[in-house]
Parts: sequence; structure tokens; C-alpha cells
Amino acid sequence: MATATAQDDALWAAVADPTRRRVLDVLLEHGEATTTTLAAGLPVTRQAVAKHLAVLDRVGLVAGERRGREVRYAVRPERLDDAAEAMAQVAAQWDRRLARIKRLAESVQAGTEIHQ
Amino acid sequence: MAADSVEREILIAASPEVVWGVITEPHHISRWFSDEADVEGRAGADGSLTWKPAGRGGRDKDFDAVVPIRVVEAEPFHRFSFRWNFPEGAHPDEGNSALVEFSLAEVADGTRLRVVESGIGAVTRDEQDRARYVESHEQGWARHLGEMLDYVASSARGPAA
Repeated sequence: MATATAQDDALWAAVADPTRRRVLDVLLEHGEATTTTLAAGLPVTRQAVAKHLAVLDRVGLVAGERRGREVRYAVRPERLDDAAEAMAQVAAQWDRRLARIKRLAESVQAGTEIHQ
Repeated sequence: MAADSVEREILIAASPEVVWGVITEPHHISRWFSDEADVEGRAGADGSLTWKPAGRGGRDKDFDAVVPIRVVEAEPFHRFSFRWNFPEGAHPDEGNSALVEFSLAEVADGTRLRVVESGIGAVTRDEQDRARYVESHEQGWARHLGEMLDYVASSARGPAA
């Protein structure tokens, strides 16, 4: 893939910070939020949140949209990296397989296995 | 744990013997993994996993996706590991295949089953992607991103299947 390495470094640096990850989590939970509402739910100042949002915005992980006097931020999932997405898919596949293994094993154990 | 790997585990209300059977016997494997499984639960055994497309194409063998598998370790009721996704006819090793390792531990209520898949980069990534993945993993972020992506996907599409 011909993505710029410097850009990717910036992306990983952006998400390496625990506070920024928390910001992303909150944005994912709420869909969108303002700097003020984010600061209310995090142990950092509004100014710090603004700086973290600026870093996330620069690497394209969040986007801000002005509504009247406030800017509402939301995560841009499409920016989430290919490699991470592939790994996430592998993990999700194993979660589904493990869930099926559990169901099968528990039905065998209980003697209630349903034969296809 | 190797850098390009995922680790998952689950608690199962069944004995390690029962769980062992489910993860190693073909008639069970074809219900949690591939559509068809030709596998033996002994070290060194070569086999295949077959996925069939949904719908009418499923009846045409030309559309089958057949993936080779070689059992690496088979220690009954404790460990089962295999390599898969290597080029057909090749000798599977860490340069060309992913390694899946199941470990079973007896616990009070049944079995804790852990799975680690490593070497995923050998299969799906070129060097650049692999390096980036390693980097992301070292930052402890890969799993977190995975959860985020799951969350995003489930929010976008409704409850996951």
C-alpha cells in the first residue's frame, strides 16, 4: 500500500495517548460531542481537550462541524487503518468462532446436541 | 505473545474433554469453523478446510475455497495448534502461514479456552503493513481499535449477527 509513512506515524502517535483514546471512546459512545461536553466527562481541562481534538483532527480521526456557536466533533471511522481493520476482523472472527465452540460444547456436555 | 497476533478467550460450561472434541473433530469443526473439514487431531496431520459460497454456488465445487491446514501440536485436552493459510503444496512455516494455538484449562465451572492466532502478517500483509501493525500493537492499540471497529460496525448495521 502506498500510504505516506509520516502520515501513519502521526496517526499512531495520535492514538498512542491515553487521553486521546478516551476522547475517541466518548465520541464513539455519544456519536458526537463538543469540547465542553467532552471536558465534563474527562479528568482534563477544556483547553487540553481542545488540543487533543486538534491532534485527532489533524490525522483525520475526528472531524468537527460548526453548528451555530459550537463545534460538534465525531469520529471518522473510515480513517481507521487497513492493518488495524484486518486485525480487528481476525479478532471478531475468533470471537464468533469461540462463541460457536462454546454453544456446541455446552450442548454436547448437556447431552442436548442438535444434529443437523 | 508475538506482535502480529490476536488473543481471545472464552469460558465454557463443559469439560476439557468435550471442548477438545469440539475443536479437533471434523464433524464439529464443520459447525464452528469451515463448511467442511478434513482434519485429524494428531501432530503432523495435513488436511483442508473448505468454505462454500452461500446460495446456489454452494453446490458447485469449482466455487469452493479450500484452505490447507497442518496440525502442529495435539496434546489431548490441553493444547491443539495448527498452521493454515499457506500456499498450496508449500511446507507451512512462520514465513508463509498463520499459527492458531488453542489452549484449554480446566476451571471450576468448566473450561477456559484461549486461542492465539499469530503470523497473520505472513498471510495478509506486505512488509510495510506488517511493520505498521507491529507498531500499533506495541502501543497496545490494536485490540482497542478492534473494539472500536466492532462498535462502529454494530452501530452502523444494527446488532451484530
